[in-house]
Amino acid sequence: MKPGSIAIVGAAETTELGVIPHMSQIQLHADCARNALRDAGLKAADIDGLACAGEVPTNVAHYLGITPKWVDGTAVGGCSFMLHVRHAAAAISARLCTTVLITHGESGRSRIGAQPRTILPASLQGQFEAPFGILGPPTMFTIPVLRYLKTYGNTQEQLAMVAVVQREWAAKNPRAMMKDPVTVDDVLASRMIAYPFRLFMCCLVTDGGGALILASAERAKDFPQRPVYILGTGESVETPMISQMADFTSSRAFRVSGKQAFESAGIRHADVDHLMIYDAFAHLPLYGLEDLGFVGRGEAAAFIAERRTAPGGELPLNTNGGGLSYTHTGMYGMFALQETVRQVRGTAPAQVKDVQVAVCHGVGGMFGASGTIVMADRRP
Amino acid sequence: MTERPLPTITPETRHFWEGTRAGELRLQRCAGCGDAYFPPRPFCPSCGSAEVTIFRASGRATLYSYVIHQRPAPGFVPPYSIAVVQLEEGPRMMTNIVQVAQTPEALQLDMPLEVVFERMSDDISLPFFRPAGRSA
Repeated sequence: MKPGSIAIVGAAETTELGVIPHMSQIQLHADCARNALRDAGLKAADIDGLACAGEVPTNVAHYLGITPKWVDGTAVGGCSFMLHVRHAAAAISARLCTTVLITHGESGRSRIGAQPRTILPASLQGQFEAPFGILGPPTMFTIPVLRYLKTYGNTQEQLAMVAVVQREWAAKNPRAMMKDPVTVDDVLASRMIAYPFRLFMCCLVTDGGGALILASAERAKDFPQRPVYILGTGESVETPMISQMADFTSSRAFRVSGKQAFESAGIRHADVDHLMIYDAFAHLPLYGLEDLGFVGRGEAAAFIAERRTAPGGELPLNTNGGGLSYTHTGMYGMFALQETVRQVRGTAPAQVKDVQVAVCHGVGGMFGASGTIVMADRRP
Repeated sequence: MTERPLPTITPETRHFWEGTRAGELRLQRCAGCGDAYFPPRPFCPSCGSAEVTIFRASGRATLYSYVIHQRPAPGFVPPYSIAVVQLEEGPRMMTNIVQVAQTPEALQLDMPLEVVFERMSDDISLPFFRPAGRSA
């Protein structure tokens, strides 16, 4: 894919966000898909490529009345949608299809029409992790952080600061679930979930969804919205088991994905006006800032504590409030992409001034997968 | 479900679970590159060689990282540690740290540990780790 040759021409979230017990998971896919089609001025019949996770593409195509000639059901967790964007850009470039819809819908909180979460006892994780009392992401994603903190001499106060700053961004966003300001002391006084992680260091659990529509940049002027161009992309996976992550202070998947995205986009860090780093837990922006190369190893906690990513800072990060304060359905990556699109379009609630180049970085599983998308407001 | 989830043994992992049942921590080592590795598979994940041997590990490890879970889980009474230990031979594995207070003060990173086995069923004994240097 040539930088800027593919554009996001439609983007929308579900009409409601947060607690949606009156909608099943497949309907959440449909609700945001129909909003994105309206945003792009398209009908379902105009879509000839479909990608989704959480539901298999067959379900979503049938439910929406789409006849795709290209489908992608890549499901590597919350960053699946970054990979979908990358794959869709390649597919459109290769003329396998022209107009791709990517959907995410998840009844993460109400669990209406949602698949049960199970770990197969014969899988490697079932044999070598499940017997030791893992119970969802708060007991797995969190395990590396004590090693990280010790390696770099960072503190739990600095970890808490990640949540404090993101709440400041959330306060500017009417759709954010948590908007009241919090202090480091508030975070450290919130209920202990899995030491050293307290409630406010963990993501929300919500219902919702989001959808994107991609087409070639040549067609972008035919759509009603300001196009958001794809400059570069990256993806990788590492391991399904947090215990087997090679380096507890750095994610290989982050490094591989981020490097590909920056190199294919032809950008340098100084070019980046806006950044999203998937924050299922408070330590993820620390790993992301370092593994993407915005700061050196061990420097991210101080960078955030110095308010460099806060409102008014030089590198606005997670400006929707993030998974910690905006929303987190389970596979939050779609919401990070939506915020990047809004910022590049110039329509975000907490709009950063003059966003020309934005980086959106996702994680899947427990540091198990990653996808990175670089977007721009113009073709290079 | 109120019981701890137990593994279903697969052909590639049988030696490991037969080992724990016999009171041994069994790892694999590549004859080609010499790397010891875990979890089990019949080829080396570093170099791809299928010339691998099974050996008994020392059972010595250090505490690499952990969380202390505060909520109930099937078969567990909180608070309990979910830990990753660094085995002396190189690989890391998930486990619980036992026979010690489940507190940040008692669980210090890099503290020396040793393996202990606990029978869970006819087929499955799980490897846990406790502070090193205690007699059984």
